[in-house]
Amino acid sequence: MNETHLDTQDIFRTEDMTISMGPQHPSTHGVLRFIVKTDGEVMREAVPDVGYLHRSIEKIGEKVTWHGFVPYTDRADYLAAMFANQGFCMAAEKLGHVEVTRRGEFCRVIACELNRIASHLISVGTFGQDIGAVTPFLHALRERESINDLMEQICGARLTYNYIRIGGVGYDITRATCDRIAAFLDHFEPIVDEYNRLLSYNKIFIERLAHVAPITLEDALQYNLVGPNLRACGLKWDIRRDIPYSVYPELEFDVPVGLGEKGTLGDCYDRYWVRVREMQESCKILRQCLKMLPDGPAIAKVPRRFKPPAGEVYVRVESARGDMGFYVVSDGSEYPYRVRIRTGSFTAMSIIEKISRGLMVADLIALIASLDVDAPEIDR
Amino acid sequence: MQGFVDQLIQEGYFSGAPRALVYAAAMLAVAFAVLSFFVAPLAGITSWLERRVWARMQSRVGPNRVGPQGILQWLADGIKNLLKEDIIPATADKWLFALAPYVVFVGFFATFVVIPFAGHLIVADLNIGILYLLAVTSLVVVGILMAGWSSNNKWSLLGGMRSAAQIVSYEIPAGLAVLNIVLIAGTLSMQGIIKNQGWAPWDWYLFYNPFTFVAFFLYFTAALAEGNRTPFDIPEAESELVAGYVTEYSGMRFLFFFFAEWGNLYVIGAVATTLFLGGWQIPAIPYVTESVVLTTLLQFIVFFLKAYLWVFVAMWVRATLPRVRVDQLMSLCWKYMVPLSFVCLLGTAVWMLIWPEGNRVVSFGMFLLGLLILALFFMRVNYQIRHARPELYLKPYV
Repeated sequence: MNETHLDTQDIFRTEDMTISMGPQHPSTHGVLRFIVKTDGEVMREAVPDVGYLHRSIEKIGEKVTWHGFVPYTDRADYLAAMFANQGFCMAAEKLGHVEVTRRGEFCRVIACELNRIASHLISVGTFGQDIGAVTPFLHALRERESINDLMEQICGARLTYNYIRIGGVGYDITRATCDRIAAFLDHFEPIVDEYNRLLSYNKIFIERLAHVAPITLEDALQYNLVGPNLRACGLKWDIRRDIPYSVYPELEFDVPVGLGEKGTLGDCYDRYWVRVREMQESCKILRQCLKMLPDGPAIAKVPRRFKPPAGEVYVRVESARGDMGFYVVSDGSEYPYRVRIRTGSFTAMSIIEKISRGLMVADLIALIASLDVDAPEIDR
Repeated sequence: MQGFVDQLIQEGYFSGAPRALVYAAAMLAVAFAVLSFFVAPLAGITSWLERRVWARMQSRVGPNRVGPQGILQWLADGIKNLLKEDIIPATADKWLFALAPYVVFVGFFATFVVIPFAGHLIVADLNIGILYLLAVTSLVVVGILMAGWSSNNKWSLLGGMRSAAQIVSYEIPAGLAVLNIVLIAGTLSMQGIIKNQGWAPWDWYLFYNPFTFVAFFLYFTAALAEGNRTPFDIPEAESELVAGYVTEYSGMRFLFFFFAEWGNLYVIGAVATTLFLGGWQIPAIPYVTESVVLTTLLQFIVFFLKAYLWVFVAMWVRATLPRVRVDQLMSLCWKYMVPLSFVCLLGTAVWMLIWPEGNRVVSFGMFLLGLLILALFFMRVNYQIRHARPELYLKPYV
């Protein structure tokens, strides 16, 4: 027998474990996949693998008419469909030099802000669920249900609206609907406090999120984070305020930014908290819009065979997940020559690989939830 | 129990049968009776109640179809799970995979040997009662590790590992909290501990001294962690580990794990009641004490209600709190609960040196403090309920 040489390296040989998280995993918000390398509970890296929900919406855009593409934009981000509607319609209007009616603009803002609240409710609710609190999730969905009802009354659809059309909106918002929106706001504003008491100020919740996965402003800018994720890093950047569109310049609203109240600036709690406060700001915007809603037609006269002159245009809207850009090229025909959609979730996915190194597995879930990535919006 | 069987043998029943065989048959019969008439319905109804309570807190309805208010839902679920295909993954370690649910179940079910139901109703009043209970509960971790390992699934493995770390760690504060009571009572027997307490709250060990008061909460928290309940449900954290160690299980084997989990809730409550809350002690009511049946019935009801209160609290906690992270769980145990439980143990020991018979004034004071805490708690609950917003009905075209 040879003399056995005992080396701790041989006895305690450790191996990284590679786990495929997703595409079927309860907290990957759709069909995301991460290739996770872990050393026990601590993560070495998490590489996102996108493309499981690719529906080639951009290519479809080249094959259907300008009006016909609007319903497809709904599917780009089904949790906040209104913004994609608006983005594409704004691009088409800019190409075709269509003036949107003033009432149409207000209707758009009302619908969009309602949609923003609904989307943030999902984000904040699923956040709770990913951290392990199921009750806040269902309470958030309950409120979202009221918004869905309102949406049904506004445009007949609950999820994929196809409400905003080129030149305005599909259906006018009636007086009765306005009253109901006001009733909803009266109901909803105290709900946020209740929600905070239940979840936001919960000691365990704060412990789970504060100081977890902080993103520095530099990183955020380099990885092109947008929307609430960027604002949570401390930068006051909101397309509605800085590159104004629609009637947003006439409205007064704050842009909530992360302050690092409970932990480090730009940590998961900041991203969560920015969304909660954005819902309150949306309520403010909605109240102003209801007050200012002018009379007049809701949609401008746009030819059915809409043929904008040749040219290209890039417009940006502030979606619930941040800067959503539409790059649309027209060759003067009935069909767009090229439609390109730039979404916030896609860039948010790319930063996960960098931030996730050294986190716990449970923190990865919190990070994904806090970035509010949405599978359909990533893949389109 | 043994006395009863001996008496029957002396009276001429089972004549000719070997004594050991009679004992074995009696043991099996009692186990069967406890399982089918108490534990199974209890776990089932607890599962239904938990879903209903949970649903209520989440503004849902919950299961309400099978039987009145859905109370028979557990039977329907049981039958469904029995009839399901028994799937064992191809890559799993078949023996361990098949065995694991039963090990978990045995670890939970064996505790019912020493859990008292009433003054005379106990399967076996072992003189090492509470020690036995702590010991067999540890068997659960073996089953969970087996399940996690044999599934050959990485999520299961992570869940199993988490569970092992968690249960082994939390045994310490739970055990130390129990030791407080053992120290005071001077016995390990469950009935003995109960008999040392009185029916009145200030005679309970909960209010014996400030240290036992703290020890109670230590025990309850640690027991929740041992039972894999929220906020310590990290071994099966559905948002992180899919379903943890039960990921690959289905059908009846899956049900066995949850049978154990829901039944275990009652065990937690029963142990807390036995040790801290005076067990089945009832005041001496003139008419009732004469009848053994009535006394036993009343004792059973008192014990059951006290124990079930903590089951409800566990449900409530589960509906309210998020889940802690695995390192926070460990630091909570080792940095706070273990030192605190040692302090409690030391405090109780010193207390017994100073007042060997206990201090009635302090007990009463602790009772009042407990009432005050309860009152503050209910004021808070009342505030939350009054400020809770009902559902807004905005159905269009109605």
